Amino acid sequence: MTVKLQVKNLTKIFGKRVVRAKELLKQGKSKAEILKETGATIGVDRANFEVESGEIFVIMGLSGSGKSTLVRMINRLIEPTDGSVLIDGEDLMQIDKKALRDVRRKKMSMVFQNFGLFPNRTILDNTAYGLEIQGIDKVTRNQKANEALDLVGLNGYGDQYPTQLSGGMQQRVGLARALANDAEILLMDEAFSALDPLNRSDMQDQLLDLQETMHKTIIFISHDLNEALKIGDHIMIMKDGEIVQTGTPEDILTHPADEYVEKFIENVDRSKVYTAGNVMIRPTTVNIEKDGPRLALKRMRENEVSTVYVVNNKRELVGIIDARDVLELVRQESRDLQSVVNEDVPTTTEETPIADILDDISQTGIPFAVLNDKQQLRGIIIRGAVLGALAGNEVNHFA
Amino acid sequence: MLNLMTIAKIPIADWMDHFVDWLTQFTGFFNGLTSFIGGIINGFQWVFDLIPIWLFIIIVAGITYLANRDTKKWGLIIFEVLGLLLIWNLDFWRDMTQTLTLVLTSSLISLIIGVPLGIWMAKSDIAQAIFKPILDFMQTMPAFVYLIPAVAFFGIGMVPGVFASVIFAMPPTVRMTNLGIRQVPTELIEAADSYGSTEWQKLIKVQLPLAKSTLMAGINQSMMLALSMVVIASMIGAMGLGTRVYFAVGRNDAGGGFAAGLAIVILAIIIDRLTQALNRQRKH
Repeated sequence: MTVKLQVKNLTKIFGKRVVRAKELLKQGKSKAEILKETGATIGVDRANFEVESGEIFVIMGLSGSGKSTLVRMINRLIEPTDGSVLIDGEDLMQIDKKALRDVRRKKMSMVFQNFGLFPNRTILDNTAYGLEIQGIDKVTRNQKANEALDLVGLNGYGDQYPTQLSGGMQQRVGLARALANDAEILLMDEAFSALDPLNRSDMQDQLLDLQETMHKTIIFISHDLNEALKIGDHIMIMKDGEIVQTGTPEDILTHPADEYVEKFIENVDRSKVYTAGNVMIRPTTVNIEKDGPRLALKRMRENEVSTVYVVNNKRELVGIIDARDVLELVRQESRDLQSVVNEDVPTTTEETPIADILDDISQTGIPFAVLNDKQQLRGIIIRGAVLGALAGNEVNHFA
Repeated sequence: MLNLMTIAKIPIADWMDHFVDWLTQFTGFFNGLTSFIGGIINGFQWVFDLIPIWLFIIIVAGITYLANRDTKKWGLIIFEVLGLLLIWNLDFWRDMTQTLTLVLTSSLISLIIGVPLGIWMAKSDIAQAIFKPILDFMQTMPAFVYLIPAVAFFGIGMVPGVFASVIFAMPPTVRMTNLGIRQVPTELIEAADSYGSTEWQKLIKVQLPLAKSTLMAGINQSMMLALSMVVIASMIGAMGLGTRVYFAVGRNDAGGGFAAGLAIVILAIIIDRLTQALNRQRKH
C-alpha cells in the first residue's frame, strides 16, 4: 500500500491573536489557558496521520471535535494556521491559487452533509458541475455525468431538480457529482448523517460496493461509530481538536486508547464488528487416525465436555462424537471411532461477522466449527463466548 | 452652562457649497454624462412615441399573460387594460410615457451601478462597512436636497431628474444584491469552491442565479422609489405625470391633481405587478 495523503502537524486556530496562540500551543499550554490569554480557540491541534491509497479512512468525533475543520483544511476550504497536507508527496500549502484550483478540480472531490446541490440546476447539470467549470464541452460532460448517475442508480433522473428528489436520492446525486470528476480522493463530510437510518445503511452498502471496483481514497467524516466501524479501513477518533486514537476498527474496539474511546465504543453493535475468529475458543479434539475411544473419553472428562471434535492428520474437520456413543464403543471393546462420528456439524469461517450467524448459533445445540480455507479446524463457537463478547468482555485477537 | 451657539457655527453648508462649486468645474465630464443619460431617455421616449397606444396596451397585457401563464390572472390583465385606457382617455398618455421613461432610465442606471456595487459589498466586508452608511444616507436624506446639486451639474430637464432619482432609488438594488449573495448557503459556496470554481464562475453559476429573486425584489423596490420621485423631479423640469400634479398644486386644482395622481397609481401598480410576476416566473 502506498501513502496517498499525509497530514503533518495540521493546526487551525480561530480568533485574532493567532501567532501568540500558536506559540503558547507549542509551549504546551492547555486550550483553556490559551483561550484565556489570547481569546483564540484551537480548532484542530497538530493533527498527524496518513491515508493509504484506496482505503476508506474515517475521521470520527462528536460535534465540536474539529473533524469538519480538519477535512476542510485538506482541500483548503479552511486555510490552516500551520502544518502541511501532502498529496502524493506534493505539499498543498506551498501551491498558489491556480494550482490549488487544479488540485480541487482533478484530484479531490467533496460530498456534503446537506448534499450541497445547486437548486437552480437540474440533476444532470449538478452532476456535471465539476466538469463544466473545467471547460469540458457539453456532450462529453453530460455523457460522464450520466455514467456517474448510472453508477449510483439514478438513471433517468437527469432532468429533475434537486427539490423533487428525496434526501437519499439527493445524496446519491452528491456522490455522482464527486464521481463524475473522477478524482482520486473523495472527501465525504458527514455524507450520510442527514439521512434516515434505512437510507443511511443503504448508502453505506452502496459506497462499499462502489469502492470494490473504484478503489478511491476516501476520507469519511462521521459522528456515528457504527458507521465508522462498518465502512472504515482505518478509524481516527478526535476529541476537542486532538486525535485520540488511530487504528483499524478492531484495534479501536479491542484496545481503546483511553476512557473517552471506551465510553464511545460502549454502545457499539459488536455483532457487526466481531468475527467468528474473535469469539471462537479452542476445541477439544481427537485425531481419528491415531486416537481411540478411551482417549476421547479421557479428553472429555478432563475438559468437562460431553462432545469432542474429530479431525484427521491434516487437522481437517471430520465431525463430532458424543460421550454416550463413545461409552458404548468402550463397552463393546470396539476401536472404530468412525462409526459414531456425526458429520452433520455447522461450520463457518473465521472472517464471518457474528451478526450473520447469530440466529443459527442460538438455534442449534451443537457449537459451530470454525474452519479456515483449507477446511482445518481453527476453533469452535459456544454460546457463552458469543454473549460475553457482545457484552464487551475480552475477545481473541489472533483472528 | 456652555452655550453651543456662542462658539463659531460649524460651516457645513459652506463646505458643501465649496464642494459643489469645485465639482462644477468638471463641466466636460458632466456634459458628457448629460448627453449619455439624455441618449437613454431619448431612446426610451422614441420607442414609446413610436408605438401606437393600442399596441402598447396589447404588449403590456401580453407580457402579463405570459408571465402569469400558470396562475392566469385575468383580473390583473383587465385592470391593466382599463387603467391604461383611462390614462389615454384623460389625455395623460404622453405624460405617462415620459414618467415611464424617467422610471425606466433611473432603474436601468441603478441596475448598472447598483448590482456590481452590491456584488462588491457581498464579496468584501470592508466594502460593506464603507457603503452601508452611505446607502443609509442616500435613502434618508430628503430627496429635495438632491435637486439642488442636480441642477448645478446638469441644468434643468429630464437628466437632473434622472440623476436625483438614481441617488434616491439605487440603495434597494445594492442592498438586495448584497443580501441575496450573502444569503446563499455556505455549503453551496463550499461546493462551488471545492470543485475548483474561479471567483467569476462561482458568481455567475452559483451566487447570482441563487440571489436572483432577492435581487429582483430590490429592482422592484428601486422602480417604486424612482416612481415616487417623479413629482419631486418635476420641480426641476422633468416632464411627465409629476408635472401635472405639480402644476395642479400651483393652481389649487384638486380635481386635476387627483386625476394625475390616479394615473401615477395605475402606472405604479402595473410596474409593480409586472416585475413581481417576472420574478416569480423564473423560480423553479
